[in-house]
Amino acid sequence: MELLSGADMIARFLQDEGVEYIYGYPGGAALHIYDALFRQDKVKHILVRHEQAATHAADGYARAAGKPGVVLVTSGPGATNAVTGIATAYMDSIPMVVLCGQVMSHLIGDDAFQETDIIGVTRPIVKHSFSIRHPSEIPEVLKKAFHLAATGRPGPVVVDIPKDMTAPTERYEYVYPKKVKMRSYNPVTRGHTGQIKKAVDMILKAKRPVFYTGGGVVTGKASEGLTNLVKQLGYPITTTLMGIGAYPQGDDQCLGWLGMHGSYESNMAMHHADLIIAIGARFDDRVTNNTSKFCPTAKIIHVDVDPSSVSKTVRADVPIVGPASSVINEMISLVQGKEIANPEAVSAWWQQINGWRAEREGKLYESSKPGEVLKPQEVVEALCRVTRGEAFVTTDVGQHQMFAAQYYKFEKPNRLITSGGLGTMGFGFPAAMGIKQNYPDDDVVCVTGEGSFQMMMQELSTCKQYGIGVKIVNLNNASLGMVRQWQDLNYKSRHANSYMESLPDFHLLIEAYGFTAITVNTLDELDAALERTFADKHELVFLDVKVDPHEHVYPMQVPLGSMRDMLLSKTERT
Amino acid sequence: MRHIISILMENEPGALSRVVGLFSQRNFNIETLNVAPTEDPSLSRLTVTTIGDDRVIEQITKHLNKLIDVVKLVDLTEGNHIERELMLVKVKAIGAARDEVKRTADIFRAQVVDVTPNLYTVQITGDAVKLDAFLQAMAPIGILEVARTGVSGIARGDKVLSL
Ligand SMILES: Cc1ncc(C[n+]2csc(CCOP(=O)(O)OP(=O)(O)O)c2C)c(N)n1
Ligand SMILES: [Mg+2]
Repeated sequence: MELLSGADMIARFLQDEGVEYIYGYPGGAALHIYDALFRQDKVKHILVRHEQAATHAADGYARAAGKPGVVLVTSGPGATNAVTGIATAYMDSIPMVVLCGQVMSHLIGDDAFQETDIIGVTRPIVKHSFSIRHPSEIPEVLKKAFHLAATGRPGPVVVDIPKDMTAPTERYEYVYPKKVKMRSYNPVTRGHTGQIKKAVDMILKAKRPVFYTGGGVVTGKASEGLTNLVKQLGYPITTTLMGIGAYPQGDDQCLGWLGMHGSYESNMAMHHADLIIAIGARFDDRVTNNTSKFCPTAKIIHVDVDPSSVSKTVRADVPIVGPASSVINEMISLVQGKEIANPEAVSAWWQQINGWRAEREGKLYESSKPGEVLKPQEVVEALCRVTRGEAFVTTDVGQHQMFAAQYYKFEKPNRLITSGGLGTMGFGFPAAMGIKQNYPDDDVVCVTGEGSFQMMMQELSTCKQYGIGVKIVNLNNASLGMVRQWQDLNYKSRHANSYMESLPDFHLLIEAYGFTAITVNTLDELDAALERTFADKHELVFLDVKVDPHEHVYPMQVPLGSMRDMLLSKTERT
Repeated sequence: MRHIISILMENEPGALSRVVGLFSQRNFNIETLNVAPTEDPSLSRLTVTTIGDDRVIEQITKHLNKLIDVVKLVDLTEGNHIERELMLVKVKAIGAARDEVKRTADIFRAQVVDVTPNLYTVQITGDAVKLDAFLQAMAPIGILEVARTGVSGIARGDKVLSL
């Protein structure tokens, strides 16, 4: 029998659970835990420069590695600084365990120094949370926390740990709990066979089908199955922003992504479809536009692991509650050897879709003229070329995010890593750090804007400390471009606080941390600069690309309209 | 439509705040709420009455079921059920009103459980409609204070909400 203090139990549990990295920042209430981590060397602690970055880094790590990211912060301000990152992970269903120090239990409720009710603060943005009430509970509670974070519909779990629970003087028996039992938590492991049969029947009989798949396919590790199913049927597929790469974008059956800034052909196909096969997608308002005008002629099959996602905003005709992977596999075995009922109708459907594709071909944006300021879109296209479409691309939030998603072609899931649900500026750079640690030999690039980057740029110091060689491509339009776009469209170009009057000299800033910065002003400088940026996989390079501040992201759905109501450029609309 | 949802949940600190928080967070409405431990001390039973169309009620039950602390739930209004609420009312009881209050209490099968020279404290149980009717009857006489438990309920017949 092994007797350990609460703090040592935490360190030991993390080892036994196979945790490699923990992102955090110390403070009074967490110091016993920090000491325990110091006395071991299996779990590596990464010291960030702001707790929000710890959560984003753990989030990036979790998305790329497919297992929970782990965060350790102190009570009060440490914990509240982590809130934005917890909410970000919650909205995108990312597995994360956040360990928060707390004041001594006898002080709770006294407004003690650095006391915040973090369980209360985070209640609406966690999958679940725990408060440790006795040190002996620690192994079991942590096991539950990891189990909850990673299974079913994943999400963040907060564990609040009063300082006395980790006191070095009090020791209790430690056994790593191999199993978890929770009577109230039994996520579904497979869908209802009858419903799946019914769905497959409709799928085979469809005339104008579209697959609409989301982040659930990515987190559910179902993209291989999805690709097989869609290939086998020969039907078109569009994904959400979160689902990008679950089906290879270079494939002819892929229409790109859908929604507010989705491709013309995706949104048109959705609007005209007779059957929508939604898998791991949640009919979010950035996808559906006005739900009362959404896909007027379509029946809807909705597969989701979370029953509360089904029929939440749009009623499903055939709801299937189950994990994407097992439902897709059942669908594959039912489809196998069967012919689709209406091959002629489907081929006419493809003609219609290819017609939409042709309409926009070559008209997506206007390239820059020689010597003039670059278009952000062409920068992303060049980035995709230079990295052969194989990099991990994280983004911040704004126009650059949309351009990255539109013009980088992703062949694999989890290669576009972006804050889709919460839209958190500041996410991209720390997320890239977390990914790079899991994939040291891959290119990891954060496509950012000068606005977003300044929200988390203190993490340059973390990269310096640990030699994290991420690449940063700053699409510098010297403005809060997405805000500015809305102001152009809705407020007669009154640019209230959407421009950046005093940007730092990014060159000097980056050099202050000992890194390389490259500035690009025109197209002829771009390729060489990108080649230089990606020359050494282990070197952090910051590429500051001056881009056209007047550019808008198109297509853009018209507010309150249907899927097909889109602005296509500054002068065209559907 | 009005629904009565009964929930068995872990008798843990924080469980109640998660249920209540869910209602405000998702813009669902709570008419009454009532919670107490069951015969199994590890479980609490919470009963909430809420108003919403079928879509809203479906969302409420799905989201409640998703809460880790919620072990089981039933929408009692889906079947035959018994609904009860207990109310204590302090009513002015001076002069002629003293008899009037007592008589009305008898009609409602309510009991006077405390007396002072100036008022009666009346205890009454029943469904919400009956309690409302009693309050209406007392209003002209002078209601001084009302304490209601909120609705509690149970299914009729063999149906049992347990683990
Ligand atoms: C933390 C946070 N605050 C505010 C916003 C609202 N917002 C969305 S996009 C945007 C502008 C982003 O500017 P920048 O990073 O320069 O990107 P650009 O749109 O110029 O490419 C803002 C302020 C947000 N998404 N996140
Ligand atoms: Mg900008």
